[in-house]
Amino acid sequence: MPDHGTSATGPKDTAPAAGSAAALPQLRKAVVVGGNRIPFARTGGAYTKSSNQDMLTAALDGLIARFGLQDERIGEVAAGAVLKHSRDFNLTREAVLGSALAAETPAYDLQQACATGLETVLGLANKIKLGQIDSAIAGGVDSASDAPIAVSEGLREVLLDLNRAKTLPQRLQVLSRLRPKDLAPDAPNTGEPRTGLSMGEHQALTTAQWKITREAQDELAFKSHHNLAAAYDAGFFDDLLTPYRGLTRDSNLRAETSLEKLATLKPVFGKSLGTAATMTAGNSTPLTDGASTVLLASEEWADSHDLPKLATVVDGEAAAVDFVHGKDGLLMAPAFAVPRLLARNGLSLEDIDFFEIHEAFAGTVLSTLAAWEDDEFGRTRLGLDGAFGSIDKSKLNVNGSSLAAGHPFAATGGRIVASLAKMLHAKGQVDGRPARGLISICAAGGQGVVAILEAL
Amino acid sequence: MTDTYIQWVSKGLGKDIAKRLGLPQPVVLRRHKPGQPLVEGPVLVQGAGSGADELASTLLSWHLDVRRHAVPKEKLGAIILVLDELTTPEDLEKPVLAAAASLRDLARNARVITVSRAAAAAAGPAVAAARQGVDGLLRSLAKELRAGATGNGIVLADGATTTSPSTLGALRFFLSGRSAFVDGQFLTVTADAGRLPADAEKPLAGKVAVVTGAARGIGAAIARTLYRDGATLIVVDIPAAGDHLATVANEVHGTALQLDISREDAGQRIIDHAIERHGRLDIVIHNAGITRDKLLANMDRGRWNSVIAVNIAAQLRINEALLASEHFRSSPRIVSVASTSGIAGNRGQTNYAASKGGVMGMVRATAPLIAAHGGSINAVAPGFIETEMTARIPFATREVARRLNSLQQGGRPGDVAEAIAFLASDAAGGISGEVLRVCGQNLVGA
Repeated sequence: MPDHGTSATGPKDTAPAAGSAAALPQLRKAVVVGGNRIPFARTGGAYTKSSNQDMLTAALDGLIARFGLQDERIGEVAAGAVLKHSRDFNLTREAVLGSALAAETPAYDLQQACATGLETVLGLANKIKLGQIDSAIAGGVDSASDAPIAVSEGLREVLLDLNRAKTLPQRLQVLSRLRPKDLAPDAPNTGEPRTGLSMGEHQALTTAQWKITREAQDELAFKSHHNLAAAYDAGFFDDLLTPYRGLTRDSNLRAETSLEKLATLKPVFGKSLGTAATMTAGNSTPLTDGASTVLLASEEWADSHDLPKLATVVDGEAAAVDFVHGKDGLLMAPAFAVPRLLARNGLSLEDIDFFEIHEAFAGTVLSTLAAWEDDEFGRTRLGLDGAFGSIDKSKLNVNGSSLAAGHPFAATGGRIVASLAKMLHAKGQVDGRPARGLISICAAGGQGVVAILEAL
Repeated sequence: MTDTYIQWVSKGLGKDIAKRLGLPQPVVLRRHKPGQPLVEGPVLVQGAGSGADELASTLLSWHLDVRRHAVPKEKLGAIILVLDELTTPEDLEKPVLAAAASLRDLARNARVITVSRAAAAAAGPAVAAARQGVDGLLRSLAKELRAGATGNGIVLADGATTTSPSTLGALRFFLSGRSAFVDGQFLTVTADAGRLPADAEKPLAGKVAVVTGAARGIGAAIARTLYRDGATLIVVDIPAAGDHLATVANEVHGTALQLDISREDAGQRIIDHAIERHGRLDIVIHNAGITRDKLLANMDRGRWNSVIAVNIAAQLRINEALLASEHFRSSPRIVSVASTSGIAGNRGQTNYAASKGGVMGMVRATAPLIAAHGGSINAVAPGFIETEMTARIPFATREVARRLNSLQQGGRPGDVAEAIAFLASDAAGGISGEVLRVCGQNLVGA
């Protein structure tokens, strides 16, 4: 690929240069007050009959109850869903209207695949920093159980033409175009439109490319379950979660799982690859239903409402990769976003106290870390002198992540932001500076969104 | 849980049949609604002394229709029997028999309230006999009253007068629909403390109150009642009940605190939440409780210990934290939910009754400690209350249980809540260390 002229990193880099954030006029802070989510449920489980609107409303009402926001006019609410019915065009606004918030609270929907939740946080935090709003609720929801099912293209065209037909003969003529195969419904899937490969198959390519072992993936999955279970037992989620439909914990959590048990699972992705397939149902996240919300505010608003201030939303960065032509793995965008974000803020991996790297698959996390530790990748793809660096694994997903909790696509960002903000606040200061956390979320379409939070 | 029998005997054929067969004839009780008059109909004040005169003029200042002498055939809203100057049992005759002449003129849901003095040993044998006589008199009279009428008494300890703030507060409570399911009970005014609210409809205005076990049932009703009375609410329940808790919190415009009260640091967590989020803490209602019923012969360690841990040990620990906190020093109020099981006992509930008996002991012993901060602590002991829990009792057992009191019906969670709201108010500042039963005067047990 070094045929792109002078830059070794590929496309012409128009991102702000390092340190440019400091050159911006002094903005006010956007703080994370807290969050609320419902337990995440494996698809087909406790939330089978719950719609996205039901779950988002429940998550909102729990947040409102926790922070006493009844009848409050919030500056703006933004949320989204990846799998969304067309009738839910105003999903977030409808959820607000069904909640205990003031009906005068505006809302908008946003969608950026699995990065939806984090992007709502960043967008709203920016509005707060700019002084456009004083308070905001960011969120996300997804249901793979109550997923929209579309009719086939053939049937859709017939139905639309039928609507336009004026006479009976015209109508019969349109109907005569219908073929039996047109009646098969078009269910959503996680396949990439441009490659036809599922997300798991894409990751299998990346996992093999970075030579990530089955053992390393199973160990990450084991730690995720172990850490999440320990967090529940310690009461960590008591002020982050509100039970829903009889669930009080994430239903995917297997507190009793072991490396031995994980080792017995058969591979499900990458079976056609030459190398031994390594990705199992144990080290991949299952389809999940759930919703999450995060309360953001200016410092003044939080103070005037006697609300806690856990952390600030420092900065965020989005990246995308060309996975279509195989230049990078589908879920590798964060490997580029994080170096850019840290450079802009004058930070390195050593300056981070908590890493929250979304576990779409264990292989995703490990491939990203492997890329950062790779000299070649650092030089040729990141334009650095060598490897970007390595992280202290004891700082990684310390209270569990998606492998254990599950991953209702748009709800994962809110889960991570609220949990990380709480951890940062509890940590307080590190070496005389506020504790710092990094969030990294990969998304379909070869995208990724990352962010930095700092303790208050 | 609706009581369909009450509907059936309240009108038409059912009423007629019940009357002919001598079946129980419970009536729909007059319960407090905002804006409702304190009492419906004239109030007859019986008693000759200066205490009775003072009380009568106070009632007049409340714009009540006060009678010092009965008007024949006039329906009465209440009879107040002032017996604060008894010196011998013979002194009872005149006022009691005078009141007796008016009993048939009591309206539906009327009130009979005695005001007497505590039968302390120091008073001397004859005086104590006269005063203690009021106890038996009132409890028996309450059992004779019909059609939702109740009889309750106010006992004045040394230092309390007929017009002490808490005497008047208790009088207002007993007269009103707030005490609908309180029958045959006494409240002792222990001190000339407390004050009547500026706004009788919002007696808890400006107060920050914590209610534990607030996700459902009696706890949720307490939260709603305190909210109606003007308090700012912090509702607490175990994290697993968080969804119901959130619903209650949003209904009462409060904050939800998901917390297991049996945690070591529960008291501090409650105080921190109250101070950080609401700037103060005035009232704590210990309502959270569990049952793990089993005959004692079959009792296991888990059932025994969990009930003791949640129902009494947690309250003791939280109270310790509250009493030690500088944030709980401005006329603080604690009200605990006990149970008639802890008084009269209940087969299969040795653990529960031990814990609830414990609550009453704790309340008595904590009263002098909290008095140092101008505070008070009391307990409310509910009898048969129509809740999700009692709805699970088999039909026949439930039907018998709910009729076995003077009002011949089960109480509602709101009835318990009303008693708690009163004891949590400034008007109850001179009442401490007491247990008030909300049981419709259970016929069995104490």
